[in-house]
Amino acid sequence: MTLLRLAERGLYCEAGDFYIDPWQPVERAVITHGHGDHARWGSHRYLSSREGESVLRTRLGVSTTIRAVDWGEPVDVSGVRISLHPAGHILGSAQIRVEHRGEVWVASGDYKVEPDPTCTPFELLRCHTFITESTFGLPIYRWTPDRAVFDEIRAWWRANRDHGRASVLFGYALGKAQRLLAGLADADLGPVYTHGAVERLNRDYRRGGVRLAETQYASGMPRGHDFSGSLVVAPPSAAGSTWLRRFGSISTGFASGWMRVRGNRRRRALDRGFVLSDHVDWPSLLATVEGTGAERVWVTHGTREPLVRWLTERGIEAKAVASLWKGEEDTDPVEVAGEEVTA
Amino acid sequence: MKTFARLFAAIDETMRTNEKVDAMVEYFRSAEPADAAWAVWFLSGGRPKRLIPVRRLATWAMEETQVPEWLFNECYDAVGDLAETMSLLLPDAESTTDVPLHRWIDERLLPLATKSEEAQRASIGRSWRELGGTERFIWNKLITGGFRVGVSQQLVVRALSRATGVDEGVIAHRLSGTWLPRPESFTALLAEETSDADVSRPYPFFLAYPLEDELDALGDASAWQAEWKWDGIRAQVIRRSAQTFIWSRGEELVTERFPEIAAAADFLPDGTVLDGEIMPWKEGKPLAFAQLQRRIGRKSLGGSILTDVPVVLIAYDLLELEGRDLRSAPLAERRRAMLDTIEATRSTVFVPSPVVSLSSWDDARAAYGEARERCAEGLMLKQRDSVYGVGRRKGGWWKWKVQPFTIDAVMIYAQAGHGRRASLHTDYTFAVWADGVLVPFAKAYSGLTDAEIADLDRWIRANTVEKYGPVRHVKPVHVFELGFEGIQPSPRHKSGVAVRFPRILRWRTDKKPEDADTIETLRALMA
Repeated sequence: MTLLRLAERGLYCEAGDFYIDPWQPVERAVITHGHGDHARWGSHRYLSSREGESVLRTRLGVSTTIRAVDWGEPVDVSGVRISLHPAGHILGSAQIRVEHRGEVWVASGDYKVEPDPTCTPFELLRCHTFITESTFGLPIYRWTPDRAVFDEIRAWWRANRDHGRASVLFGYALGKAQRLLAGLADADLGPVYTHGAVERLNRDYRRGGVRLAETQYASGMPRGHDFSGSLVVAPPSAAGSTWLRRFGSISTGFASGWMRVRGNRRRRALDRGFVLSDHVDWPSLLATVEGTGAERVWVTHGTREPLVRWLTERGIEAKAVASLWKGEEDTDPVEVAGEEVTA
Repeated sequence: MKTFARLFAAIDETMRTNEKVDAMVEYFRSAEPADAAWAVWFLSGGRPKRLIPVRRLATWAMEETQVPEWLFNECYDAVGDLAETMSLLLPDAESTTDVPLHRWIDERLLPLATKSEEAQRASIGRSWRELGGTERFIWNKLITGGFRVGVSQQLVVRALSRATGVDEGVIAHRLSGTWLPRPESFTALLAEETSDADVSRPYPFFLAYPLEDELDALGDASAWQAEWKWDGIRAQVIRRSAQTFIWSRGEELVTERFPEIAAAADFLPDGTVLDGEIMPWKEGKPLAFAQLQRRIGRKSLGGSILTDVPVVLIAYDLLELEGRDLRSAPLAERRRAMLDTIEATRSTVFVPSPVVSLSSWDDARAAYGEARERCAEGLMLKQRDSVYGVGRRKGGWWKWKVQPFTIDAVMIYAQAGHGRRASLHTDYTFAVWADGVLVPFAKAYSGLTDAEIADLDRWIRANTVEKYGPVRHVKPVHVFELGFEGIQPSPRHKSGVAVRFPRILRWRTDKKPEDADTIETLRALMA
């Protein structure tokens, strides 16, 4: 029996009797981060990073029983030593380090290694077994530094403003939206409005000391308000909805790693795609796996098979593990369609 | 190359027609003629010949990137476009130089044709190290012969006209035929004087939109005429300076393929241009389009094909008379002149398109009812005083096609699409029942909404029975209503029939596979 294994309700540690990011209610859940596919409602007790606690409460309800720990602070459960370490994915996102009788496992959740002003940077941990995501597990996915991406976004916003249009920028409501707002904090190009789903989480980020652009709740503006020249940050689900009508003439953009591939942007009928991801790209994924020194790698979600084969050919014991985690939500249904719903 | 890449990006990045045109206008105003000539050519759909087999290019890209073949193929599956896959995999450019577009073409692309494989490899490797981002993508598209931009010729014409002040019609005419991307051609395109030397040049075809409203909304029926809409090859027959040129609507010179029309055109006076439909025609009646396809497919027209499948030109219009451009004269006047011109040739190869005169819209409805019987695709409605426009325009002409044949069929195979639909399964094969077995009879690509395509794609991935290369054999579950224009016996198809222009009309979620139609139903449509 391995220290962690995939059970019906999620990734389970028998020795410590707890789950990591369970998809069904359990007694004890250790949570990597607040995205809907990782933090599910209904468990008795949650263990979270202190940085992520506030977001988790917004997501799961204020009365949820959450124990928050500092980065690296050990928690002992029947001889199993659990500690949380920054994953660099979104505010409070953690890798879960599990140690038992000298054996170390690390479940990375979702992660990225590029610097991001909205969260503590990724910490590389040595371990025997590394559980990694592979949302973008193909060598075509290689990110450019986000400074260049933000230059593009600002140029797009400026051009739209000069044409009297509003710039509607789609990004996942938790994480991506705030990363955009942080990157544009000093843009000084015009007012910034947000969708309600984004605004709720902005509060948690600001409370956590993250500096975001000044925002106003778009739906709170009076009828007939002139939005021309402004930037609107909204979740991708708002694309094509009637909610967009209030903004008048708009240009649409989407910030996502999927935008690296031209067909993904064109299929969505968006004006612009900005390649900005909160997930690890191929070169960093390989470097991270190597850096952990792991002998065994489990690949949980995304394009798993190529990574498994790549690692196997290099002498690492790797396998694809079916999970309900999806990586970047609100992506094309196609990209998440490969996930089997089995335990 | 940088400015051309910026132009491409500007066009690619917006859904707005006006912005696409603005970007082109800006480019044409500032680009040097040698570059602009190539840009016009590419934007109008011109493609360089593929000089290197794509598989070889892919191999080189794998060598450069140290990506093994299986992983390269995984990437290709995810991207759906070879040129883009290579662009994304190759490392970022080492140095950036700004060599103009025409020099890339003249000095790097075209010379590949005569180079040894080794020299080609070196040249391509160098280009990959010098180009990054969009430029490299465009370059890969050029060397794979697959370059395409999302603008219509009409928009290119509009942009050129706005950039130079030359009339749109004049530009469109100058661009038709074999327009070569040389600097002098670009300069000539924008020249003030209109005496154009090229005797072979056709006029841009005037095309009709499908009828949108009720007939009565078109006003007084007597101001209109109806003609049969034929399903052949739309063409212009040009007689100038004692030479004959036949252009198809795809702007291909097809003079050699239709010797009987070319011979008859010798009797047209100099300075004549006829617009019409090349139709397979025997004993005063049309033959099926499949017959014409048999003829088009041949390299040489030997044997009995000329007697088996003779063709005529059903003449619709006269665009030039005694060297004069007639396009702005009213249709009734052009038609009179056309009848006189054809009459004078005494040829049976030019058949004036029969006109159904309309005293009321009921006459049009009655004619429409007879269309299928007459082997026509429907009716064309033309206003008697309409001019001959440029491209597809609304107003003076409408096409009114007969309703398609329909059949309920089961999807049995699926394959990923290309371009915008790469990595989504959008090419489907459909089958009907024959003695309890599903027999494939048609492939269709279009007709579903994006949401339906996404749903179906997910279902296909989860319900694949077997994979043969890119083709997935799926469980026979989903029934679709297919429409098609014509049906012919075909010994080449397993089902014994070939359908023309099949497309999906509806996803029949209300039907089970056993409710789908049978081969007998399909055969009955042929009668």
